Amino acid sequence: MKILAVCGSGLGTSFMVEMNINQVLGELGITGVEVSHSDLSSATAGDADVFFLAKDIAEGGSHLGEVIVLDNIIDMDELREKVRQMAEEKNLI
Amino acid sequence: MTGVLTTLVDILSQPAILVAMIALIGLIAQRKNLSDTMKGTTKTFVGFLVIAAGAGILEIALIPFGAMFEEAFNVAGVVPNNEAIVALALTEYGSSTALIMFFGMIVNVFIARFTRFKYIFLTGHHALYMACMLAVIMAVAGFTTIPQIAAGAVALGIIMTLSPAIVQPFMRKLTGNDNVALGHFSAVGYALSGLVGKAVGGKEPTSTEKINFPKGLGFLRDSTVSIALTMVVMYFIVAIAAGPAFIEANLSDGTNFLVFSLIQAGNFAAGVFVILAGVRLVLAEIVPAFKGISTKLVPNAKPALDVPIVFTFAPNAVLIGFFSSFAGGLFSMIFMALAGSTIILPGVVPHFFTGAAAGVFGNATGGVKGAVAGSFVNGIIISFLPVFLLPVLGDLGFANTTFSDADFGVSGIFFGSLANFAGPIAIVISLIVILVLMAIPFRKKEKTA
Repeated sequence: MKILAVCGSGLGTSFMVEMNINQVLGELGITGVEVSHSDLSSATAGDADVFFLAKDIAEGGSHLGEVIVLDNIIDMDELREKVRQMAEEKNLI
Repeated sequence: MTGVLTTLVDILSQPAILVAMIALIGLIAQRKNLSDTMKGTTKTFVGFLVIAAGAGILEIALIPFGAMFEEAFNVAGVVPNNEAIVALALTEYGSSTALIMFFGMIVNVFIARFTRFKYIFLTGHHALYMACMLAVIMAVAGFTTIPQIAAGAVALGIIMTLSPAIVQPFMRKLTGNDNVALGHFSAVGYALSGLVGKAVGGKEPTSTEKINFPKGLGFLRDSTVSIALTMVVMYFIVAIAAGPAFIEANLSDGTNFLVFSLIQAGNFAAGVFVILAGVRLVLAEIVPAFKGISTKLVPNAKPALDVPIVFTFAPNAVLIGFFSSFAGGLFSMIFMALAGSTIILPGVVPHFFTGAAAGVFGNATGGVKGAVAGSFVNGIIISFLPVFLLPVLGDLGFANTTFSDADFGVSGIFFGSLANFAGPIAIVISLIVILVLMAIPFRKKEKTA
């Protein structure tokens, strides 16, 4: 299973989201999930199973397939909730 | 013995190897397993070489642009773009940049640990770009290798802590808490925009978020698209002004001048794309290690994060800020053309990211008026700072591109002018004075209830 965090330039924000997702996965005790980050241009639907995007670029990333939109990218509680929901849907926990 | 020594010097003067070694040490210190260690070390090594390859592509695109611009207008035209200038600078200053970044991060942790400035700067690519600019400034100022790295690292650590600090009053107003800071080296522009917003907003400013905007400019957030499109426009304007005769005779080897320009504009975007891929590889191991170590060592650390974190607070202000900042850039360009100085062309990328954030902060303090006025001021300062930054960059001042964001301009001009005034010693004294001032445990008067 692969998760990709995406932002405009693929340098700072998506990287932060990647590290936070890793932290949440650790808290939930989920292993075997590969998380990485990318810019909006390079990301294609085949790159991952689930994509995490901030609300402001959600429009530009709608072609990616299974997209989870973060309303506030610095809100750890929101991320925790959304990662947990995703993990339940994917039968990871 | 000398053989061993020269080999050692050869190794350390290869930035790709040096950065890989820093990553290796970091990975071992974190007790990662063999597979992760190998992966991380190799990626960092290759990443640095990818950046150098990107620089090659960029140069192919930038040299004809400079030639056309001079032919057309008889002055130099500069397109500020961090990735472009950093990639060019790394070919000469790669090793010192890597070491300044490494030690600068350590200085950042120390300052955060022992002073009241608890900011840990986590925007890795900006730290890398600033390290690179400081390597250039310190070398041009006359420092030899080791003092160059020491002064650069202390300066970097200070800038990494102070830049978030000056925006924090506005971040508190925006986010409603004091837990997260902004780590983006255009803080001077953001703080100014916040102040301008306060000045023009009046008593009850109307927020930008009450306006209904048409959507559809989201594609500008995709940096490859926006860079390619603006470079095509700029290239075409300059190519038409320079005339087909000049271009086809001197630059394009007979190829139609517009076709040639289209390809070069594409090359510029391609170069930046490659460089970003390299930067991503280099930072992949360094930033998480830095984050892990700093959160352990600094209690109550406030992470300073990349600029899009503020965009979601006021999406309309993002658009208004971009347009208004770009208008400020165009206004400045006309002014420079009339004054006959070096002309700084407004790039979409810096105006988008810094203008958007300036709009968000201007809106936070002064509503619509604040967003418009604050980001217009931001557009003017990111246009004029490079004019004064170019002379202190030595040979790199003639590269047709330069650092784009405000803090690069402010810190570069600050240290560069000090060096012009009294040489390296002036820089050393200023660093010590700043550190001492930061160490004073001054507290704001707390409001009594």
